[in-house]
Amino acid sequence: MSAIVARQLTKRYGDLPAVDGLDLSIERGTLYGFLGPNGAGKTTTIRMALGLIFPTSGEISVLDEPVFASATPGVLRRVGALVEEPGFWKYLSGRKNLEFFARAAGPAADREARLGRIDDVLRTVDLQEASGKKVKAYSQGMRQRLGVASSLLGAPELLVLDEPTNGLDPQGMRDMRRLLRRLADGGTTVFVSSHLLAEVEAICDRVGVLAQGRLVAEGPPSELRAASELLRIDVDDRQSAQRIIAGLSGVQIEPREEGRPSLYVSLSPPATPASVNAALVHSGVAVSALVPERATLEDVFIALVEGADVPR
Amino acid sequence: MFRVELAKAVRRWRTWALGAALGVIPILIVVGVATSRHGHGNEGPPFINLILKSGLFAPLTALAVLQPFFLPLTASLLSGDAIAGEASTGMLRYLLVRPVGRRRLVVHKYVSVMTLVTIAVLWVVVVGVVAGGIAFGLGALPTLSGSTLAAGAALVRILAAALYAAAGVAGLAAIGLFVSTLTESSPGATVATVVFAILSQILDSIGNLSAIHPYLISHDWTAFADLIRDPVAWQKIVHGLVVDAVYTAVFLSAALVVMTKKDVTA
Repeated sequence: MSAIVARQLTKRYGDLPAVDGLDLSIERGTLYGFLGPNGAGKTTTIRMALGLIFPTSGEISVLDEPVFASATPGVLRRVGALVEEPGFWKYLSGRKNLEFFARAAGPAADREARLGRIDDVLRTVDLQEASGKKVKAYSQGMRQRLGVASSLLGAPELLVLDEPTNGLDPQGMRDMRRLLRRLADGGTTVFVSSHLLAEVEAICDRVGVLAQGRLVAEGPPSELRAASELLRIDVDDRQSAQRIIAGLSGVQIEPREEGRPSLYVSLSPPATPASVNAALVHSGVAVSALVPERATLEDVFIALVEGADVPR
Repeated sequence: MFRVELAKAVRRWRTWALGAALGVIPILIVVGVATSRHGHGNEGPPFINLILKSGLFAPLTALAVLQPFFLPLTASLLSGDAIAGEASTGMLRYLLVRPVGRRRLVVHKYVSVMTLVTIAVLWVVVVGVVAGGIAFGLGALPTLSGSTLAAGAALVRILAAALYAAAGVAGLAAIGLFVSTLTESSPGATVATVVFAILSQILDSIGNLSAIHPYLISHDWTAFADLIRDPVAWQKIVHGLVVDAVYTAVFLSAALVVMTKKDVTA
């Protein structure tokens, strides 16, 4: 039983493919992290999954029902979503927003059920006290939480959340992560798109990396971390070291933020830590530390994304 | 969805501001006539001289004053905001994902816009009847044909005039809704629709273009006056309703086509 299945999903704007032959299969009950740089096609994919944007070609189904089979995808009743930013009627209070949203459509039983859940979802996102105030007066964090509350009103089987921790303070982010994990453990499929790699790494069961409209990597976070070892080298003369290393075969400098005192390199044969050390010391560079490190998801992400940036 | 739309409208201050602004019009008319008891000759809005004879003419004058600008403005404001407003606040996508069917969204929005427009017109008429009645009494209504109508029958005709006035902008509201599906700017859609109404009236006044006059949306707006004839002169009224129906059908269909086919990136 799958939650989201995309087959050769493509969306072109003129000649430019925003999403390019995407194949995706997400099983129910997974907490799935969707990563990618800006413009990778994450939001376009999400909007197609929700029936907002029509694909140029390919198929997409949600909870085993094709999204574009009929004019109104009824399956969306079982989906909760937060896309880019939450949307509200600013002249209404938080509670009234939820109420009107619950009453906007659907069979009477569905509407009643949603109305009955308003207190619960407000409690879940810790907005009960503020629920009477007009949304105009909410901070960004409060709006974000209200957006998540709104997505939970229908007790959805699938939650599609675009940057759910946007605008939240660290405590809020932690609470959100715990909430998502709890929901996933309870059987809800949670599909999260995020730039925050650390978060995705922390809670997701599976991660998909999207770049230029294609999935460039997919798997559990642990599997995605580089198989090859990263070497951290602390030197006194960074520039000389970089020059020397550039001349060695089998050694690749991994990009890291400037200002960090260490160099990070990944090795493949014939290079070994010892050979790198010897080359540096031989040329007069003092090496104060040589430490193997496992790549984080961020390294993998950057490498994959930069790899995808190479013009075809 | 329709009931939610009306409930939302009630909670917006602009609904009440609009209501107050419109309600002031008949009051100003009545006060104006009451404070200068002699006639206005042939100047001024239609029926204004007749208010002295019966307060029942006050709502008719109010309707006539409303028609060139305030009524089209109200219809444009409400219809221009219908979909563009939701798009600009980011609500459109959440409504569609609810899911509210795209076609259903268009239809329910249109119905709620026309309901509010009709309420606005009826409100003006009610204020006019009350104000006119207080100032000049609700005596028998002399018709334009020379005969007289009892107050009760006159009220029926006034109600019909109000409904006709509202129907007159039904086509304009459909145009506003159509423009609303094309943009995320609610004020932009409103302005475009108002411009359409004004252009129609400008074209209607250019003698050389008399061939197209019957097809302009504003041409028969003032035909409600024909209800105050004895017998009622139905010709212009029916023509006006037919033209409205055509504009409404065309632009509502266009709005439906756009909504069902467009990528919602708002």
